[in-house]
Amino acid sequence: MSTATHKLLKGSTGDWEMVIGMEIHAQVTSNSKLFSGASTAFGGEPNSHVSLVDAAMPGMLPVINEECVRQAVTTGLGLNAQINLRSVFDRKNYFYPDSPQGYQISQYKSPIVGEGEVAVELDGGKTATIGIERLHLEQDAGKLLHDQSPTMSYVDLNRCGVALMEIVSKPDIRDAEQAKAYVTKLRSILRYLGTCDGDMEKGSLRADVNVSVRKPGAPLGTRCEIKNMNSITFIGQAIEYEARRQIEILEDGGQIDQETRLYDPNKGETRSMRSKEEAHDYRYFPDPDLLPLEFTQSFVDELKAKLPELPDQKKTRFVADLGLSAYDASVLVAERESAVFYETVLENLANRARDGKVAANWVINELFGRLNKEGRDITGSPVNAEQLAAIIDLIGEGTISGKIAKDLFEIVWQEGGDPRALVESRGMKQVTDLSAIEKVVDDIIAANPDKAAQVKDKPQSLGWFVGQVMKASGGKASPQIVNDLLKSKLGI
Amino acid sequence: MTDLTSLTLAEARKGLAAKTFTSLELTDAHLSAIEAARVLNAFVMETPDRARDMAKAVDEKIAKGEGGPLAGIPLGIKDLFATKGVRTTACSKILGNFVPTYESTVTSQLWRDGAVMLGKLNNDEFAMGSANETSCFGPVGNPWRRAGSNTTLVPGGSSGGSASAVAALLCMGATATDTGGSIRQPAAFTATVGIKPTYGRCSRWGIVAFASSLDQAGPIARSTRDAAMLLRSMAGHDPKDTTSVDMPVPDYEAAIGRSVKGIRIGIPKEYRLDGMPAEIEKLWSEGAAWLKAAGAELVEVSLPHTKYALPAYYIVAPAEASSNLARYDGVRYGLREQAKNIIELYENSRAEGFGAEVKRRVMIGTYVLSAGYYDAYYLRAQKVRTLIKKDFEDCFAKGVDAILTPATPSAAFGIGEKGGADPVEMYLNDIFTVTVNMAGLPGIAVPAGKDAQGLPLGLQLIGRPFDEETLFSLGEVIEQAAGRFTPARWW
Repeated sequence: MSTATHKLLKGSTGDWEMVIGMEIHAQVTSNSKLFSGASTAFGGEPNSHVSLVDAAMPGMLPVINEECVRQAVTTGLGLNAQINLRSVFDRKNYFYPDSPQGYQISQYKSPIVGEGEVAVELDGGKTATIGIERLHLEQDAGKLLHDQSPTMSYVDLNRCGVALMEIVSKPDIRDAEQAKAYVTKLRSILRYLGTCDGDMEKGSLRADVNVSVRKPGAPLGTRCEIKNMNSITFIGQAIEYEARRQIEILEDGGQIDQETRLYDPNKGETRSMRSKEEAHDYRYFPDPDLLPLEFTQSFVDELKAKLPELPDQKKTRFVADLGLSAYDASVLVAERESAVFYETVLENLANRARDGKVAANWVINELFGRLNKEGRDITGSPVNAEQLAAIIDLIGEGTISGKIAKDLFEIVWQEGGDPRALVESRGMKQVTDLSAIEKVVDDIIAANPDKAAQVKDKPQSLGWFVGQVMKASGGKASPQIVNDLLKSKLGI
Repeated sequence: MTDLTSLTLAEARKGLAAKTFTSLELTDAHLSAIEAARVLNAFVMETPDRARDMAKAVDEKIAKGEGGPLAGIPLGIKDLFATKGVRTTACSKILGNFVPTYESTVTSQLWRDGAVMLGKLNNDEFAMGSANETSCFGPVGNPWRRAGSNTTLVPGGSSGGSASAVAALLCMGATATDTGGSIRQPAAFTATVGIKPTYGRCSRWGIVAFASSLDQAGPIARSTRDAAMLLRSMAGHDPKDTTSVDMPVPDYEAAIGRSVKGIRIGIPKEYRLDGMPAEIEKLWSEGAAWLKAAGAELVEVSLPHTKYALPAYYIVAPAEASSNLARYDGVRYGLREQAKNIIELYENSRAEGFGAEVKRRVMIGTYVLSAGYYDAYYLRAQKVRTLIKKDFEDCFAKGVDAILTPATPSAAFGIGEKGGADPVEMYLNDIFTVTVNMAGLPGIAVPAGKDAQGLPLGLQLIGRPFDEETLFSLGEVIEQAAGRFTPARWW
């Protein structure tokens, strides 16, 4: 745990500290399921992606999907975690119609990945390190449909047997902001690695959040587990609510019952789902149908060699090589697609060293700003990386001013086209002809003698003159030249 | 035509190749025998049309010289093996009229090699039992009777239907499965040959699971040669069962008649039980003497953890069974009882669908895996299992090639005679066989003599992992010395 300060909650008896740990269920990106050849495609007709193994027909046996193993190991490497060359699949026994075998194949005592860590960015440029306890592979369950018949429930086994990675954090998280930052960062890493699509709406990434409270420095309190959260915003809200609920109980002299709770986003509250007494005895034992999962260090090393650059490495590189601020670099690398877009812009720039930083500003401010305004994401941007690079080239080489560039950006956004050709055809080129600009400058000074006289005492009013000249030139005058000329003519 | 049923598989193969008779004739002879022997209750499903169709198809192939190693040989299939389009129930009500859309790997390999399916054979419900009395289709009769008695005896279990059908000449061989002795004990009770191969030798894919780490398929036949022929087709690596082993399958038949000179036979002192019938003791010495006469060396060996095998087995097997049988929940296939909600659906379907012995084992298994009991029972049983395995490894490391033991502590008993009050009385039947499953080793039971009442008794040979060949060679020696045993027909 890093030294980042965290939020304490004020109660009537003083400050309280939250202790939070998370279990994230991340659906492994793979074509087929963890132990069967059935497709993992989302949105098929109910029960159209179900093999005999998934339906637990008599005599069927699971066979491990090697791709899922590779994905889990890759994820472990991305979390700087211990990779266990030998791990064991266990059966977690419970009856439920979405689990045809009557047990879930999971990993209990010997997971495929052990301890690791994730660095998360917090507001104000602070960071925290959240420990990873373990990552294990397990089967997802099917889905019950209660709305198809008044008297029956139906079951769809399409998801049943799809591989999940359960990523368990250490109880290192201390407030809702850290929790949100942790999920955001973990999701980003998984997406960079290509091991999980991170689509929380489709349920590809779900979190169980364990929350307890204590007086700072006191021993751990009793925790409650909030199940199945599939929105980062709701995770934050649920933690805040749950911590306050627990503090209220404790301050009233009550006790926290260890239980499983659900968050209701409409009411903004958590409510009890089942108590510890109702908790299942899962009767875990090693699955006798599967041999222990064993692979060699060279298998791990091969995957390690293929690891893509991860957000933290990319950020460091952007800061060191391009001189970006840490903040800008973080914004650019947060989503894999944004980083890819920015890097494509860089590749297309005529002068990367000169304009790399300008490009970052354009991507973050103009592009992201505009995308946000229209509720679009980077993959659907009307201005592509090549076009944006061309606009930045035009600024860098002095062909257009920054202001004109914004107009040009708007045109490309609306109409598309080659920015360089547009500048040509629409006469947007910056005027750098000294005599032409000088004439305009002289005219403006002559027309405003009072202001010209005052400017020596009030140098800040130079901006007014610049504005007038730019206006008169239709924005095409080079701002640098205008500035220089005005200064010399006004004698400041 | 009834003569055809008394042929051994090897003899039938010769006759078919020489076109002395056709597979259809051979098949029809067996179908008639099955019909005449319904009182034995060995078959729970006869598939005469399918049998004739398969036989005709094979006859055409034989005519073209394309028949496989088992071309035209009619077999019975234990109802634990999934057979595509043919009801498969594991002899449990809970599977109801379940008809698989798939064929088990083992049976599909038999059909690949030209065998013909006569029907499905009775067994203890989910293979849980040692007398074939727990089947939802009722008990199976042993074709053997005590001299001068009309009492129907059990054929042993769980592969009672297989053993009874093979002994009564209803099929030339049968598939069976063995989790704690379910091939070897019924073979011993019926004077047939049964081999449980090394764990991993046969694919478990498509066989209704009892205890996954112990279950293994194998044949029951009327001679060691016949068993060797069947095992060759049944065995082999299957990518669909990751516990099956990727090793070439030897020509087991080539081991029949191979010299056993210099082979070292261990006689484990721990198998000499207190109160063991003198007849069993005598049979054991006789078997040892036959092997010695054939050139084998005898050495006394110790398997010190033998006495813990049965209790440990009755923890491990039910534990796995309790989990394996969780899928029979009334939701997707098989029996579904009326219910107001899902919990009731489970309770009613499982209460109605499972028999008493299955329920007992599911409860034992659930108990030993429960939080707080896991370490004391399941984990300790697994440790015992490791020690049992090590006992055998130590033995083999000292140069012992195979171990000779009695197959069962007694001959066949009457239906309803045992286990009524105390299930452990029934469990004791497996005392000589469970160690072999716990260690994952191959074991063969061969007929070796009769008791004073004229009932057959068998001997067991235990081999090194994947050394089934030595067991066939040794089994043949005993078979040659002891002769063949055929029951007098009373049905």
